[in-house]
Amino acid sequence: MTAGAAVQPARIRFDRVSVDYATAAGPLTVVDDVSFDIRNGEFVSVIGPSGCGKTTMMNIVAGFVKPDRGRVLLDGEPIAGPGPERGVIFQEYGVFPWLTVEQNIAFGLTLAANRAPQRERREVCERCMALMGLSDFAGAYPKTLSGGMRQRLAIARAYAVKPQFLLMDEPFGALDAQTRSNMQDLLLQVLAAEGKTVMLITHSVEEAIYLSSRIVVATARPARIREIVDVPFAYPRDEALHERADFGELRSHIRDLVMQEYAAQQRQVARNVN
Amino acid sequence: MPSRSDSSPWRTGALVLAPWLAILLLWYAVAYSGLVNPALLPKPHQVFARFRELLADRLPLDIWMSTQRVFMGVTLGIVLAVPVGFLLGWYQGVRTFIDPVINFFRALPPIALIPLVIVYFGIGEVAKVVILFYASFFAGVIVMYEGIAQISPLYVRVARTLGATDGEIFRKVILPLTVPHMLTALRVALGVAWATLVASELIAAQQGLGALIQNASSFFQLDIVYLGIICIGFIALAMDTALRMVARRLVSWQERIA
Repeated sequence: MTAGAAVQPARIRFDRVSVDYATAAGPLTVVDDVSFDIRNGEFVSVIGPSGCGKTTMMNIVAGFVKPDRGRVLLDGEPIAGPGPERGVIFQEYGVFPWLTVEQNIAFGLTLAANRAPQRERREVCERCMALMGLSDFAGAYPKTLSGGMRQRLAIARAYAVKPQFLLMDEPFGALDAQTRSNMQDLLLQVLAAEGKTVMLITHSVEEAIYLSSRIVVATARPARIREIVDVPFAYPRDEALHERADFGELRSHIRDLVMQEYAAQQRQVARNVN
Repeated sequence: MPSRSDSSPWRTGALVLAPWLAILLLWYAVAYSGLVNPALLPKPHQVFARFRELLADRLPLDIWMSTQRVFMGVTLGIVLAVPVGFLLGWYQGVRTFIDPVINFFRALPPIALIPLVIVYFGIGEVAKVVILFYASFFAGVIVMYEGIAQISPLYVRVARTLGATDGEIFRKVILPLTVPHMLTALRVALGVAWATLVASELIAAQQGLGALIQNASSFFQLDIVYLGIICIGFIALAMDTALRMVARRLVSWQERIA
């Protein structure tokens, strides 16, 4: 799952993609001429200033947004809409408050798209709960869970329908530092157990390097590609990685790029105010 | 604040009764103070005596008739308010145009509509139910659509990413999220309907708590007027409490209990 895996076929292909949003002042380009591939089994992070359009990029793959120019191909086919082969994890969790932990996980399996017999549903639920450390909370409603547990539930629910892709939009953004770090390790463990092709949207340089095999650095709005950085560290990874000198070098390189884009964004804002 | 651990049933009972006792004491205090002409203010025990007397006479039928009218009006009102409120809440575009119309009709006091109701629906049971229906519908529809409009589109998105069809999203996501708002709409409609009862029974009613109050007022039987008012209050309270208990069971998943 390192940069050496370049022989793998592209599963997700951004081909000169642009997206405009209609605003009162006319169309505003939020994604501008973006091209890159996500190959089978890769973990690709998109990093950039907040509001730069990186969430829009994920929403195209999820099937919520259509590009205005260019196209995004999923295994060579244009994306028609959301689908269960692409599991999406939102920053706000989106766990269903009216269902228990177990019912949340089973939700996808009760749908016609991936209906499973009750016995299999049970097995999948139990496996996902064990994987995410939720087994003791099977019958609990989400209102009783902490933020970290809700996010684990959201991931377990996405996992239950066996997606080939995992699309994550700032999934750990609302968690405290300790929980966030635990969640990152848990995610790496889970991915090691069942490989997925992952696209992660984040604004944390540390998180992007720790988790990804490649990092797409986006510019201030409209999002263009500033640089695509290969992350050379082999999986499995652990916390000790943060202390390594080459990790630090990569971190300062990417942080420089991101800070430059933040500065560009600040200048944009200042211009708009004047 | 007392902690939860020392709230024994006795203590809870006492806390529930205390404000009622205070009202009763205040009532006696005013009655005996001489501030109000005794002919204009019956004392609680006199009202209670009337209650026992009428309980053997017309009161059960009055309560039955009123409850039946409220029940009919609220049922019809909510049956219409739920789908209409749902559509208005779900389709923001429609709401922009319909909202002023709803607020126009909601602002009309039902009592002002009585002449028209009599003209179109006569003076029978239908006319009374129409008034209560009107009041419950507009109260319910607003609660309903305000609630639906607040449903987070996130849940719908999540369901779509898991492969849900439009029909599945409606049945498995939107419907369960609608239930708490239906229950709130029902509670509000029930409250408004009891508040409108006397007006609806202005229309040539022979029985009913509103009729009881109006008949008594023509004969200046203030104790019966008080009795009728208290009955309405307690029945409305009992219904609301029952509904709240049902709601607590049905939507126990909610972060805050209605």
